[in-house]
Amino acid sequence: MFENLSYLTLQQYWWAVVSLLGAILVFMLFVQGGQTLIYTLGKTSLQRKVIVNALGRKWDLTFTTLVTFGGAAFASFPLFYATSFGGAYWVWMLILFAFIIQAVSYEYRTKPNNFLGEKTFESFLFINGLLGTILIGTAVGTFFTGSDFSINNMNSSTWQSSFRGLELAFNFTRFATFVNLSLGLAVFFLSRVLASMYFINSIDDSTILVGARKQLIINAIPFLFFFLFFLVSITIMDGFAYNPINGKVSLVEHKYLFNFIEMPMVGIIFLIGVIAVIFGIIRGYFYFQECGTKAIWFTGFGTILTVFALFLISGYNNTCFYPSTYDLQSSLTIENASSSKYTLVAMSYVSLLVPFVIAYIWYAWASLNKKKITEDEMENDSHAY
Amino acid sequence: MENFDLALVDWSRAQFALTAMYHWIFVPLTLGTSFIVAIMMSIYVRTGDELWKRITKFWMTLFGINFAIGVATGIILEFEFGTNWSNYSWFVGDIFGAPLAIEGILAFFLESTFIAILFFGWGRVSTKFHLLSAWLVAIGSNLSALWILVANGWMQNPVGMTFNPDTARNEMTNFWDILLSPTAVNKFLHTISSAYVLSAIFVIGVSAWFLLKHRRILFAKKSMLVGAVFGILSTLFMLMTGDESARQVFRDQPMKFAAMEGLYDGEQNAPLVVVGFMQKAPTKENPKKVDFAFKIEIPNLLSYMAALDPNAFVPGVNDLVNGRKEYGIVSYHEKIRQGKIAITALSAYKKAKEVGDTSKASLELSKFKDNYQYFGFGYYDNPYNIVPNIPVTFYAFHTMVGIGTLFLLLFIVVIYYLYKRDISKVRWLNYIALWSIPLAYIASQAGWMVAEFGRQPWVVQDLMPTLSAVSNIDHKSVITTFIIFAIIFTTLLIAEIKIMVTQIDKHSKIKED
Repeated sequence: MFENLSYLTLQQYWWAVVSLLGAILVFMLFVQGGQTLIYTLGKTSLQRKVIVNALGRKWDLTFTTLVTFGGAAFASFPLFYATSFGGAYWVWMLILFAFIIQAVSYEYRTKPNNFLGEKTFESFLFINGLLGTILIGTAVGTFFTGSDFSINNMNSSTWQSSFRGLELAFNFTRFATFVNLSLGLAVFFLSRVLASMYFINSIDDSTILVGARKQLIINAIPFLFFFLFFLVSITIMDGFAYNPINGKVSLVEHKYLFNFIEMPMVGIIFLIGVIAVIFGIIRGYFYFQECGTKAIWFTGFGTILTVFALFLISGYNNTCFYPSTYDLQSSLTIENASSSKYTLVAMSYVSLLVPFVIAYIWYAWASLNKKKITEDEMENDSHAY
Repeated sequence: MENFDLALVDWSRAQFALTAMYHWIFVPLTLGTSFIVAIMMSIYVRTGDELWKRITKFWMTLFGINFAIGVATGIILEFEFGTNWSNYSWFVGDIFGAPLAIEGILAFFLESTFIAILFFGWGRVSTKFHLLSAWLVAIGSNLSALWILVANGWMQNPVGMTFNPDTARNEMTNFWDILLSPTAVNKFLHTISSAYVLSAIFVIGVSAWFLLKHRRILFAKKSMLVGAVFGILSTLFMLMTGDESARQVFRDQPMKFAAMEGLYDGEQNAPLVVVGFMQKAPTKENPKKVDFAFKIEIPNLLSYMAALDPNAFVPGVNDLVNGRKEYGIVSYHEKIRQGKIAITALSAYKKAKEVGDTSKASLELSKFKDNYQYFGFGYYDNPYNIVPNIPVTFYAFHTMVGIGTLFLLLFIVVIYYLYKRDISKVRWLNYIALWSIPLAYIASQAGWMVAEFGRQPWVVQDLMPTLSAVSNIDHKSVITTFIIFAIIFTTLLIAEIKIMVTQIDKHSKIKED
């Protein structure tokens, strides 16, 4: 079946798979957003326990999505993996540090004799929520603004800055830094919006719910601001295009805006996504009593569509998805950075299992969320975090 | 070699080894206890006996404490392939990436989805679905081990691929050859069975502590029974797969095999060293040589272990370095010569392609293909730099085998006393069981040291040396991250041990209904 597809079609298929995983990851970052709201919403120890336990049932899923996103990127576009991870060393290391301390914090937080104390593990969760979202968003921002690296004829890469990726977030002499950071901050505030909606959906505690509703709108405003800033920036700036015949890379005016127009399906997906995100926010806040619990599904679905479309315009339509501002011709495209055709075919068969995976995740999620989480339950659950 | 930053190589290795060894402290317990918990829960569901429910919940608590930190260290390993070994990531990404992606899609999601049901499903989902979740967590955990070990097996014995000089990487040509490679299959089976043994030792060791403290006797005995039966079956399987692994190493990685036995000069009817102490014995040719000061041997056994033939010739380090024509062994000197030809030809081929000189490109390509088999050797001048650390490999191998074999005896004795005597009164045995826990971890770590030290300097056997696989970063950055990782991992390990010990103590004091 997949053997009959062209190499380019397979590369496009795998860019779509990676994009979808990236989009789901951004949605699942509501766990991280929620971790930054533990003390904002939880006024008592028991309320904080309810919040941590609501998130604790999903943290591993977010973690797994991140790992799978990394694995899929490695498998399908290994040159990106090698160039970005080996180049922007400190950015990825900071993301890793943020995620190591998260994994244990749920399990260890309230366990007796936990060595570091409850507050330390809660601060680990906060750091993970803050750094994880902002850095991942900032790193994705470079898909549009580019990084300074070169690649030799053996496909070995050299990163130009000794700051090893930190310059992408802290070099304020470049406009690109603001664009990168705006996406990072948009992801951060979006994750808090989604987290508020998740709490409204899964917790039965009036104090937390009132706070969550308030946080929903408080975080929606900066999210919309930073997202709009990012969106306007990438539509007015030059984009990185390549010639499919000879592979030559050049700067093209309004490349990303034209990508939306030249790929109308992607444009429509993007629009539906943005509308669904905003619709969910409006429903969650203004129609809180009637349908607030369903807001996460609208905004969550919208998030997936929006991010999916953004990834697609960064890699489709002869666009360099990981551009080099140091040496344009070193820019990575889905054609020059991908695995071999054989590998893409082999993995494509495995990808047929993805709907089955999504189905059982959905079933398991629904099974656990049939009953909302309450304070009473926290006092009686032997495995409560 | 002068073009490589050796400090960078060493620190990158140290960081990866640190992460892998910490990861491997937690993972074996997850792999085995996931099945032990599933077995215990099955007994509970079948019998409806509340004691088994309490047993299941207790071991599930310990499983949960251990699981989280294994996940944390696991993600670091995956990303370190890119951050610290970016040249490797490109050179083998076409092959190595696929198992990693499949691991995520097939195994990690299974594990992470159903672990939430396992922990929080009591009273929320049906008993049958809850039990199914326990088994799916065990299967998911072990499936994740399969894919990463397939990738590791490929690095030890690269098959099912071809080198593409245009992209300068290895590309997969047969997925099934990689998945079903005997090295990969055996590595998986031997590794997971060793993890089951460690988990079984953990269960009987903790249960023995209950017995030593005269607490929850029935609870402890029942736990011990599951642990011992699971342990004895796993040990038998581990010894079987270990035996097969040794033969594979002999065939595919003869230098590692020589290092495992500290064998410098090969011989027919080679004896197996049961116990030995090594000391420095440098020669002019090999200044790093470390040979035996004392050893106890069993005649012919090494030849038999290697080739199922007591008369078989087993090559030593010097035979592999200098070659033995009568046994068809090509010397490292010759391999280095051919490797250098391959490296030069690849570079010349690329240049010829760039200037459009097709006839030269074709000539160089043919030269490259003829010599690619020993490509990695071309990075070296001195063949003795292609010899792994003999004492470390030797001691690690013998520690692993020695302790692993003793465990078989321990499981048999425990089962005997569980059935024939009152084991709660046999204090010496309970002390041995308890102190076997650290021994199991030592054996487990030693096993990885054999696998990874023994294959040095290769990251991909014969094709890619470790020094050419590293990312092009300054070594000070790696030193900094190494220190940060060391602090974080050690802190988390201390936290885990303290929490685990406290939970064991707390649960041991619960009065049975």
